[in-house]
Amino acid sequence: MSETTHDGTVAVTAAPSPDAGLTAAELAAKYGLSVSGARPSLGEYIRQLWGRRHFILAFSQAKLTAQYSQAKLGQLWQVATPLLNAAVYYFIFGVILHASRGLSRDVYIPFLVTGVFVFTFTQSSVMSGVRAISGNLGLVRALHFPRASLPVSFSLQQLQQLLFSMIVMFIVAIGFGSYPGPSWLLIVPVLVLQFLFNTGLAMIVARMGAKTPDLAQLMPFLLRTWMYASGVMFSISTMMEGRPEWVVRLLQVNPAAVYMDLMRFALIDGYSASNLPPHVWAIALFWAVAVFAGGFVYFWKAEERYGRG
Amino acid sequence: MAEQNTRDPRPTVIADELHIVYRVNGAKTGKGSATAALSRILRRGSDDAARGVRKVHAVRGVSFTAYRGEAVGLIGSNGSGKSTLLRAIAGLLPAEKGKVYTDGQPSLLGVNAALMNDLTGERNVILGGLAMGMSREQIKERYQDIVDFSGINEKGDFITLPMRTYSSGMAARLRFSIAAAKDHDVLMIDEALATGDRKFQKRSEERIRELRKEAGTVFLVSHNNKSIRDTCNRVLWLERGELRMDGPTDEVLKEYEKFTGK
Repeated sequence: MSETTHDGTVAVTAAPSPDAGLTAAELAAKYGLSVSGARPSLGEYIRQLWGRRHFILAFSQAKLTAQYSQAKLGQLWQVATPLLNAAVYYFIFGVILHASRGLSRDVYIPFLVTGVFVFTFTQSSVMSGVRAISGNLGLVRALHFPRASLPVSFSLQQLQQLLFSMIVMFIVAIGFGSYPGPSWLLIVPVLVLQFLFNTGLAMIVARMGAKTPDLAQLMPFLLRTWMYASGVMFSISTMMEGRPEWVVRLLQVNPAAVYMDLMRFALIDGYSASNLPPHVWAIALFWAVAVFAGGFVYFWKAEERYGRG
Repeated sequence: MAEQNTRDPRPTVIADELHIVYRVNGAKTGKGSATAALSRILRRGSDDAARGVRKVHAVRGVSFTAYRGEAVGLIGSNGSGKSTLLRAIAGLLPAEKGKVYTDGQPSLLGVNAALMNDLTGERNVILGGLAMGMSREQIKERYQDIVDFSGINEKGDFITLPMRTYSSGMAARLRFSIAAAKDHDVLMIDEALATGDRKFQKRSEERIRELRKEAGTVFLVSHNNKSIRDTCNRVLWLERGELRMDGPTDEVLKEYEKFTGK
């Protein structure tokens, strides 16, 4: 082969270059090179994440569609799965265990269905969040994008799943005599707040799960405990009658219970404000903002370390 | 120092004493038994080795400077750390020690991980493009080129079928076409040339030459000495994670061929 290289660049025995004496860091500084894989500032990170919003949305929709693409009934399962879930819970808690104490049948069934769906939203956001990094190492090691895209995208997938479940929720509510009214508009802020809370929580467990993948095994037990303590199948205020006031309040300010109760209050006619703890909207807002902001910063702090094998 | 373009000797990638270490959980004794795991947890706080975390030192102190206009080949036997080095340059694998400085964002040619077999080829083109950081408009603009280049639709309307219905060759062609649709400052290719049939290979080699012209610097990992010779003007030879030789393609390949006994 001649001294002329492929792209026509002429090879020269380089005269001592002016850069010869520089260390790597000095050379990098001279030509404005930056450290590869360094963590961007928080503001820059938010900007990058916003730049990837189309990817985040497309990825969540793709995941949602891929879920049932092999089934014969296809996307119909999006609605059928939550419906079957609600039926099973009704059979066990409503018919066998009579957990409806204190609530009439017309209230209890929509109460149960709403609780199950709203809690499932948080539950599955956390479950997919804990595997968001550790289960997608291939993606993390192949492409550049702010890693927070993954937990956010998975939470968004669960939100879309919940919107399908809402169809079932509306049918059940109407079927048991709660008709659409102005209070149904409250569903929107409740969903927004719960989504923020879930996404923050997903980012927290995503970072923990990236370091300790064992968390994915432990999480179902923690979540089940949380579910039974949140009053998904029973009304906290009725079940805890006679217990000290602070115990009831403590159970009621738990974020899962707050979002469930607000959703029930918005949707079900017979579920009055007396079932809600005082300052319920402030509590809902607090959980959403604090967990989202805290989770985001916590996740960002380890940005450059995701993908380490 | 390898050849450099004297008109523009601008460094684009500088690796400074780079070390990459992989950590593998619970591989110390080869037994994954529960008691072993338990004793591992109980010994938490002591160093990695005692806890049964095995370290794999994949890249050991590699330093080099690559310049604008260079095409750098990476050679070495299997497991010598070529792909790991590439990922570290791209900033996808955190370094244990040392640093990599880059001009702009180096990108790895490949979107396999972002694609989903259950989705249609059509949706995968969009998803893959978005994953690489293209905007929706850019994808719309290049969509037809990507599909035409892949040749997926030559045998009927396959782009609207899920990717799991494709033959492995067809899927590989679509993946390459999506990955090669974007222009890059610093481009890294990991043995992507060997996909598809002969006709497609020719087409992809041509596309890689085009990308090279647009990109500032190209890195190519390959076991095919011919494609290295055809594309690269400088070669880094890695062996056991160490840089064994760095120089013009001909010199290094001659030594490498002597070493491998060809």
